[in-house]
Amino acid sequence: MTVKQISIFLENKPGKLLALTQVLRQNQIDMRALSLAEAEDFGIARLIVDDSYKTACVLREAGYILSITPVLAAAIPDQAGSLCAILEQLEAHSVNLEYTYAFTGRQANSAYIILRVDQPEKAAEILAAAGIHLVSQSELCDL
Amino acid sequence: MGNYFQPEIERASRDQIRAWQDERLVKQVRHVYQNVPYYRNLMDKKGVAPEDIRSVDDLHKLPFLTKDDLREAYPYGLLAVPRSQVVRIQSTSGTTGRRVVAFYTQHDIDLWDECCARAIVAAGGTSDDVVQVSYGYGLFTGGAGLNGGSHKLGAMTLPMSSGNTERQIQFMCDLGATILCCTPSYAAYLGESIRERGLQDQLQLKAGIFGAEAWSEEMRRDIEDTLGIKAYDIYGLTEISGPGVAFECEAQTGMHINEDHFIAEIIDPNTGEVLPEGEKGELVFTCITKEAFPLLRYRTRDICVLSREECPCGRTHVKMSKPMGRSDDMLIVKGVNVFPSQIETVLLNKGYPANYQILVSRENNSDKLEVQVEMTPEMFSDALSEISRREKELVEALKAMLGIYAIVKLVAPKTIARSEGKAVRIIDNRKLY
Repeated sequence: MTVKQISIFLENKPGKLLALTQVLRQNQIDMRALSLAEAEDFGIARLIVDDSYKTACVLREAGYILSITPVLAAAIPDQAGSLCAILEQLEAHSVNLEYTYAFTGRQANSAYIILRVDQPEKAAEILAAAGIHLVSQSELCDL
Repeated sequence: MGNYFQPEIERASRDQIRAWQDERLVKQVRHVYQNVPYYRNLMDKKGVAPEDIRSVDDLHKLPFLTKDDLREAYPYGLLAVPRSQVVRIQSTSGTTGRRVVAFYTQHDIDLWDECCARAIVAAGGTSDDVVQVSYGYGLFTGGAGLNGGSHKLGAMTLPMSSGNTERQIQFMCDLGATILCCTPSYAAYLGESIRERGLQDQLQLKAGIFGAEAWSEEMRRDIEDTLGIKAYDIYGLTEISGPGVAFECEAQTGMHINEDHFIAEIIDPNTGEVLPEGEKGELVFTCITKEAFPLLRYRTRDICVLSREECPCGRTHVKMSKPMGRSDDMLIVKGVNVFPSQIETVLLNKGYPANYQILVSRENNSDKLEVQVEMTPEMFSDALSEISRREKELVEALKAMLGIYAIVKLVAPKTIARSEGKAVRIIDNRKLY
């Protein structure tokens, strides 16, 4: 079970991220999580949103270049060792982690981690089998 | 009053120069017509026979040659002697990646060396001098030309080639180089490096001969101050021979064209009409003494002005101004010819859109070339490493095509201005002209 992450090309210049968020505001899009990766001249903004289809449409309309990437969103209890348990599973099955970022939900003590891996389907099975709760696309809206 | 390498030629009367030109032109046109079918066709098409060319007055009747002709006739199509007589080739980049290859007989090399020797003597050189040649050696004409000129003069020649600044400075100081030959930007860089090391006192330099790229008067003063020398300009192009087609004397008010070898004309780049002397236009050369690669009416695309005003140095040969621009879109970056079409070819081959922009700037007297390309959905990836890998691939492909390093910058779509007509592909911030 994967969720859709929207990755957007941005120039590494003042105001570029602002312009992106203005488009999101105009369209009443609510972000769940955001991560920025930067190279020298450009960067990639990675978004988890409530409505990924609408977001992709309005951003393309506004001229952005983007891709939709399947990532895993795992719920992690707020206690020591939670992330470690997930990574142990990936390591044991030789799944490579490319990047990760975390966000919290509206409910108390709810935290989630986004995992971008080289074999998302396989990783989803492994983690589910290990009893780790993976959030589905439809669940995202209510987090 | 100055010194001359060949005073009887360099100070010849105008009538004498004209007599040489008339005689040599007539002979050269016959030579080319007989031995170069490519040019013979051009003449036939224009309805000009060798007999129609009786003096320099008839020069305008001959067809032009351009870089496109060189590409068309590549590699041997304009060679005018049997291959067995050729002793050397030199080469430079051409449009859309096909290189220009020029051929030389031993006689051609000898005359080229003489032209460069004249330039060295005009800069105050004698056989007692130590000439450091820091132009690139190899296919580039810079190193070969000045090396030959220095030998011809009998000076001690340091064939340094370009790069390895540490060693350049060490030899310059230890061996007491008195004349430096390189591109002006490298001279400026060497000057800065010497200043940083506090080695100015160790220098015995008195003059520099700098060419192969455009440079301003400001840059000249800068180099002269830093290195404590007098800086002389030199002009040439591989198609015509290489450096030494024209050179500066101590008056520093233009470059004397070696008119006993090359006839210069100024034309209107749009109509091809010859312009009256003193008007600004495109420089055209006719080689009247070369054997292997004798181009007639070759359009240089350099815009300049000719002047026959009497020169205080005593030389009688016509002077050309520093080039004031180009009539095509060729750029000279770090002394290397760069055509936007070459960059376009690489981009298309690598799957990038043809919408690009070239930015050239000069920082600390060194040229910087940047190619901006718009990101496309096809080229985009969620992984930075993937984009960086493609970017690196592009940098390497550009290096292979151009011979110099270009910075690649990926920009957002539709950020490169699209103009109504021809897109503005080149932004040159160097203010060279």
